[in-house]
Amino acid sequence: MDEITQGIAQAFDLIVTLNPDMLEIAALSLYISLSATIIAAIIAIPAGGLIHFHEFRGKQALIVIIQTLYSVPTVVVGLFLYLLISKSGPLGVLGLLFTPQGMILGQTVLIVPIMLGLVISALSGIDKSISDTLVSLGATSFQKILEILKEARYAILSAVVLGFGRAIAEVGVAMMIGGNIRGHTRVLTTAITLETGMGDFGLSIALGIILLSVALVVVIVLNIITSGFPPESRQIPGGPSG
Amino acid sequence: MKRDVYGGLVSTMFVLLFITVCFAGCTGQAPATPGAAPTAAPFVANQQGVAVIKNASAATAATAVAPAGGAPAAAAQELVIATTTSLYDTKLLDMLQPMFESKYNVRLKITSQGTGKAIELAKKGDADILLVHSPSQELAFIKDGFGINRRSFASNSFIIVGPADDPAGIRGMTPEAAFTALYLKGMNKTAKVAFVSRGDGSGTHSAEKNIWSKAKYNYTTQIQKSGDWYVEAGKGMGETLQMADEKGAYTLTDEGTYLAYKKDLALVPVISQGASLLNIYSVMTVYNDKQPIEKITMANNFVNFLIDPATQAEIGKFGVDKYGKALFIPMSVTVPDAPAGNVGDHTSPATDVKPPSATATAAAAATAAVK
Repeated sequence: MDEITQGIAQAFDLIVTLNPDMLEIAALSLYISLSATIIAAIIAIPAGGLIHFHEFRGKQALIVIIQTLYSVPTVVVGLFLYLLISKSGPLGVLGLLFTPQGMILGQTVLIVPIMLGLVISALSGIDKSISDTLVSLGATSFQKILEILKEARYAILSAVVLGFGRAIAEVGVAMMIGGNIRGHTRVLTTAITLETGMGDFGLSIALGIILLSVALVVVIVLNIITSGFPPESRQIPGGPSG
Repeated sequence: MKRDVYGGLVSTMFVLLFITVCFAGCTGQAPATPGAAPTAAPFVANQQGVAVIKNASAATAATAVAPAGGAPAAAAQELVIATTTSLYDTKLLDMLQPMFESKYNVRLKITSQGTGKAIELAKKGDADILLVHSPSQELAFIKDGFGINRRSFASNSFIIVGPADDPAGIRGMTPEAAFTALYLKGMNKTAKVAFVSRGDGSGTHSAEKNIWSKAKYNYTTQIQKSGDWYVEAGKGMGETLQMADEKGAYTLTDEGTYLAYKKDLALVPVISQGASLLNIYSVMTVYNDKQPIEKITMANNFVNFLIDPATQAEIGKFGVDKYGKALFIPMSVTVPDAPAGNVGDHTSPATDVKPPSATATAAAAATAAVK
């Protein structure tokens, strides 16, 4: 139990004194996971739209596959990518192993399925009558998609937040692809694993608290942005432009 | 008004991202960032933030053309060292790293993984130097032509730890006799007799298997799954110690990890002497036909650095301030008595740049097989 109180005190101390090592590790975690989240969102939101708004053979099967991939263990993603980007692997020439860029790639691969699946669910949750109304008001299909995306923005935000959460909390990819190299690819989760292995439980708890603080800031910012869409700026499709 | 709030928040977000990228820049990995003062007007910061983000995502693509993976322009050579967690966790390498880096224009990237993973990394050419403590695996690695210039640089002793009241009564025995007693009492379901094994193919696990075989047991048929007394943790040393502590069981551990965990454990060292408890640390240069000669010679520099008398003296002092005793015995002080080959060469400088021709072909065949 001592370790928990000690951990909380240590977390406070690290944050207040802006410990440079801690800042570097936290910043790298944020940089990698936020980049992966942004890239994954850029892929998953349009792709989710494409899948939702188009009827094609095998659509249901595709959705089942996407949902199955929610369960892929992070170590398996790490191992799979490691074999691809290892020097003796097919993508070895890219030199991505043990780099933050490689970790961004890995986390993106990890969270695209979960974002994609949840974006599709989010869009399915929008009442069909809204889409019919939009069409009857003369919306082009692009305008229709844009408007439905706006309607679904809270559910899409959940998808993005969940993706970010999975990215910043995972150890498997960060360890396999990043290698936990000090000052280079060490992020909060791999640092926690390391400190636990070295028996410094207080510091591990402290780093866990810092990880949650970083996540808190990101989630608040994302929430403010989503709810910050001023209603008056929403255009009625087919209405006067400008 | 609301629009302004929204704009402000978006700028804040970009500033946040910008700072993040700047931080990442400090690690020498992010693309060059424009030298914007962080105090710039939000709008300016906003624009630059956008630019930086574009750069950041472009960087992922850029690495496709630049195999250096965003290495700083100063072109300090980079060497990847694959090592095991138990060695890395002692922080010995943290002490040696700056000494070596300042001697040569080089950046060491040290990754600590399980012994099996570290050897796999080296076999696939993803590491330049291998630093482990598993003689049989090392000798196989060298024999297959994946490594050259194996040098042993230090040793210490594994210890058998257990509950202070020693329910199996093994204190003072040889490791083999102690393991035999544990086996017999465990199989007899003697109360409170249990053994927790790493069970993860690590260097410590191979040392344990070695003791079982010296005690004339077949590890896979007689020990594994032989009963509730034998627990295979499948975890790192620290977690295994904790598990043994919770269960009041015995386990085999390296001394460094035990000392680091000692304050949280009720376990005490029960046996710390015996030839089969010898733990030998060796270093070797990774070889494969794609490995550039500069990396091989720099890796050889590191091997020579470890067996250099000055470094050996530092290794001999390591741990005294933190644990009150040295964690390693450098080869310059004592060369342990061990079966042939277990202790590698520790005096002659590492000069080879390729394996003897017979094994070179084996390595070429092996790398071809990997492809």
